[in-house]
Amino acid sequence: MSILSNFQVIADNFTYFMIGRWPAGPLGGVGLTLYLAVVSCILSFFGGLILGLLSVSRHRWISWPSMLFINTVRGVPLLMVIFWMYFLLPALFGKVPESQTVIMALTLFTSAYMSQIVRAGIEGIGTGQMEAAVSTGLKHWQAMYYIILPQGLRNMIPSFVNQFVSLIKDTSLAFIVGVSELTHVGTQINNRTMAFPTEIFFFIAVVYFILCFAFTSLSRWLEQRLAWRKAI
Amino acid sequence: MIQFTGVHKWFKQLHVLNDINLHVTPGEVMVVCGPSGSGKSTLIRTINQLEPIDQGSLVVDDMDLSDKKTDINKLRAEIGFVFQQFNLYPHLTVINNITLAPIKIRNTPKKEAEEQAMQLLIRVGLAEKRDAYPAQLSGGQQQRVAIARGLAMRPKIMLFDEPTSALDPEMIGEVLQVMQDLAKTGMTMVVVTHEMGFAREVAHRVVFMDAGTILEEAKPKDFFCNPQHERAKQFLNQLLTPMHGAGALCD
Repeated sequence: MSILSNFQVIADNFTYFMIGRWPAGPLGGVGLTLYLAVVSCILSFFGGLILGLLSVSRHRWISWPSMLFINTVRGVPLLMVIFWMYFLLPALFGKVPESQTVIMALTLFTSAYMSQIVRAGIEGIGTGQMEAAVSTGLKHWQAMYYIILPQGLRNMIPSFVNQFVSLIKDTSLAFIVGVSELTHVGTQINNRTMAFPTEIFFFIAVVYFILCFAFTSLSRWLEQRLAWRKAI
Repeated sequence: MIQFTGVHKWFKQLHVLNDINLHVTPGEVMVVCGPSGSGKSTLIRTINQLEPIDQGSLVVDDMDLSDKKTDINKLRAEIGFVFQQFNLYPHLTVINNITLAPIKIRNTPKKEAEEQAMQLLIRVGLAEKRDAYPAQLSGGQQQRVAIARGLAMRPKIMLFDEPTSALDPEMIGEVLQVMQDLAKTGMTMVVVTHEMGFAREVAHRVVFMDAGTILEEAKPKDFFCNPQHERAKQFLNQLLTPMHGAGALCD
């Protein structure tokens, strides 16, 4: 039997790899992986933006607590955050679907990292821009909104995409709390068939690679589209 | 219009403004000069509170800057500020650079704000650049747009912090010309500059600073022909010789 025929296990379970039991049952596999990543990404974009703005606040009683929070979250392994959410949220709010506890954990974790991208992006815009804006009479928040952020956000795009790519890979940790995303589906099939761990996990690695590569390429395209004429 | 009384400022240990007493009257053009690090930029930046003062009193347009209740944004809207590095907004076109503040602060309708901006662009000779981005302009053109942006809020005072120091020599003239035209309209202006020709032609008064202190305050003719302070004589000599000789600006 040639090695290629072993990959029959992938073909046999392809739909299950891609979407789990959906539409008859819950979404799983690559579909759920993307769902977790995209929802967490959108939430942590706003979370990171807010945390980042708080952490560059001129008022210490705002910036210090937010930096403390950010550094605490960044100092804890993601797996620990997932466990925390997994046990904490049901204790606080009753029954919460596992996928949502994972989204919360990923959002919290990624927001902390995103906030530092936002912080660097804001600080990367020279003080001259802020001074020019406030010297025309704009309030600090108006200068931030109309002048600093539009310039900063464009510079942040590559780092945001890096973070999103990490996020796609981080969703694999959801398998630990029984959320049937791609890695979990892979272990399920492996346990059932027993004989093809190499083929299965090779396939999963390739799928993760394709997803991440696609988003990196998208970002490069986006950057070029948004590039505006830099100062001479 | 602008009244400094016993103003002090420190950067950590450095005493950057030392007992400044100065009065600028409406319609006056005052040039501030002095060697690097003399505190002249800091002085002009205190007027719209880009730098807060530590001690003394500073009253601008009847608003007391040492009073916590003074609305600093309202004050700044009445003062145009032109920077050495232009600081145009690179992501906005020329016209949007100029109309942003009137639209957002004064709620001027967009159309009206753009008409006013075009008037200003005509005044600085850049009407055809309305839709260009700052990076497509030369340094001199950028600075003229920055002056138009400063004028867009119809300020009572215009401040210039070394407006020509970052320019190539052949572009200095066009910017100084715009400033001279502005001075003729009766605008109150405080100008930090090394352009002594401009000081002689346009200023009503010249202030010479060194080490955070105002050493000399005189009419341009008196300052250039008959500087009182030893440090001022030295400064003028360094600035003017050997090309012109010390008396070049005095005739």
